[in-house]
Amino acid sequence: MRAPSISLPRVAAVTPIPRLTNRTRAWLACLSCITFLVMLFVAAALLGRSGLDIDFLHRKLAPSLAYPFGTDWLGRDMLTRTVLGLCRSLAIGLLAAGCSSVISIVLGIMAGTMGRRVDSVLSLLIDTVMATPHLVLLILVSFACGGGPQGIIIAVAVSHWPRLARIIRAELLQLRESEFIHLSRKLGKTPSWIALHHLLPHLLPQFMIGLILMFPHAILHAAGLTFLGFGLTPHEPSIGMLLSESMRHLSTGYWWLAILPGLSLVFTVKLFDILGNNLRTLLDPRTAQE
Amino acid sequence: MLRAEKICYRYDKDIPLLEGVICTINSGEIVGLPGPSGCGKSTLARLMAGFDHPQSGIIFCNDQALPASGFSPVQMIFQHPELAVNPRWKIGKILAEGNTDCSELLQRFGIGLNQLERYPHELSGGELQRITLIRAMTPATRYLIADEMTASLDPATQALIWQTVLSWAKSRQVGVLAISHDASLLNCICDRIDNGFCLQSPSSHLREPIAA
Repeated sequence: MRAPSISLPRVAAVTPIPRLTNRTRAWLACLSCITFLVMLFVAAALLGRSGLDIDFLHRKLAPSLAYPFGTDWLGRDMLTRTVLGLCRSLAIGLLAAGCSSVISIVLGIMAGTMGRRVDSVLSLLIDTVMATPHLVLLILVSFACGGGPQGIIIAVAVSHWPRLARIIRAELLQLRESEFIHLSRKLGKTPSWIALHHLLPHLLPQFMIGLILMFPHAILHAAGLTFLGFGLTPHEPSIGMLLSESMRHLSTGYWWLAILPGLSLVFTVKLFDILGNNLRTLLDPRTAQE
Repeated sequence: MLRAEKICYRYDKDIPLLEGVICTINSGEIVGLPGPSGCGKSTLARLMAGFDHPQSGIIFCNDQALPASGFSPVQMIFQHPELAVNPRWKIGKILAEGNTDCSELLQRFGIGLNQLERYPHELSGGELQRITLIRAMTPATRYLIADEMTASLDPATQALIWQTVLSWAKSRQVGVLAISHDASLLNCICDRIDNGFCLQSPSSHLREPIAA
C-alpha cells in the first residue's frame, strides 16, 4: 500500500531585502554628512547677500514658502542669515579646531617621547587648562585678543587642545611599551620605520576623530561667545548673533527668529558627531569588517 | 653559543631577583628552563633576547655582545601572541616585517594563504602564535627564546608547534631556550634541562605580601 504523499505547504519565494553591513552604513552616513556640509556652502554662494538687505515692507513675516525661515524685524530673510551664519561658524570652527589640534599633537608627542621631566611639566599644563572653567578661559582669552573672529579662534584653540593632547600622549606611552614595538626593533627596524608604520597608523585615527569631534565644541563655543557679546560684530551674520538678537523678540511671539536658526545649529553640530562616530567605525579594524 | 655570564638584575634595589646567573645555549641545542612563578625565568629570557639590559654581567652571542640595532640573531616568542602583533596590520604585513620568504613554513604550520588577508583579531590564539613563530623563524635567526610559548594553547596545537620548531631548529642548527612550568613537556622536547638557574633564585627572594 502506498502511503499518501505529503504535500508541504508552499512558501512563496521572498527576495530578501539586502541588509546593509556596518561598513556600508558607516560610509553612507559619512557621505551624507559631507554632502550636507558641502551643500550648505553651495547654498550660501547661491543665496548671495541680497537677503541681508533691509526691507521694511516684509518685516516680521512668519515662515512661508517665500521665506522658509521667516523675516526679522528689519525685513531681512532669516534663511539667508542662518545659512551665512552657519557657514561663518563652520569656517571659524574649522580654523579653531585645526589650530587646537596642531597644538595638541605637538604637545602630545612631546609628552609621550621626550622623557619623564617634559612629560610631567606638560601633564601639569594639561591638568591646569582642563581644570580652568571653559567659559571663563574662553571669555578672558577672546577679550584679551580684542574679540572678533581672531579672538574667538585663539580662545577656542588655546582652550580645547588638552583632551586630544592627553589621548595622543596616552596612546604613545602605551605603544612605546607594547611587545610588538619591542619585537619590531629586534627584527631590525629603525626608529623612523617604526614611527611611520607602527605609531602613525595608531595615532592618525585618534587624531582625526579627535579633530572632528572638536568641531562641534568649537562651533558651539564660537556661537556662545558671540551670544555673550565677546565674539563677532553685529553687522556680520553669525548664529550666535542671531540667537542673541532674537532674545529681545522671543517674548513677543516671534518664535521663528530663535527656534529655526537654533535647530539648524544643533543639526549641524549633530552631523559632525555622526561623522566622527562613523569614521571611528571605519578606521578600527575590529569594526571595519562587520 | 649564546651565553649569559654572571647576570644580575633586580626590579627593587633591596630585593635581588637574578644574582650571578649563568646560562648557556649551544647552536642546535634545545635547552629547557623550568622554575616556579616569579623566580625570574621571563626576566632572564628578556635579558638574553636583548629586550632589557642586565645591571651587571654580559650576554654573548657567538663571542660578541648582542647587537644594539639591526636584526637580532636572538629572537623571542612571548606567551600572548595577540600582544606581539600590531592589531591594525593584516597577517601578511605582520609576517613580512620579519620573514619575507615563509611559504614553506606556512605550509608546515598549516596556515592557509587566505589567512594572510585577515586581521589578528580574526585568528585564534594558536594560529596567531604560529604567525609570530613564522615571523621569527628567519634564515638569520640563530637562537629562539620561547617564553611559555604554548602555555595557553590546546595539546594538539602545542604538539604541532613544538614538532615543527624542533625539526626546523635541528635542521638549521638554531639553539632554542624553552621556558615552561610544564616539566613533562620540557623532558619530552629538550636535549638538556638547565636546573641551576632555579636553584640559584629561591622563591624566598620574592617580596612577602604586605599584611593590611
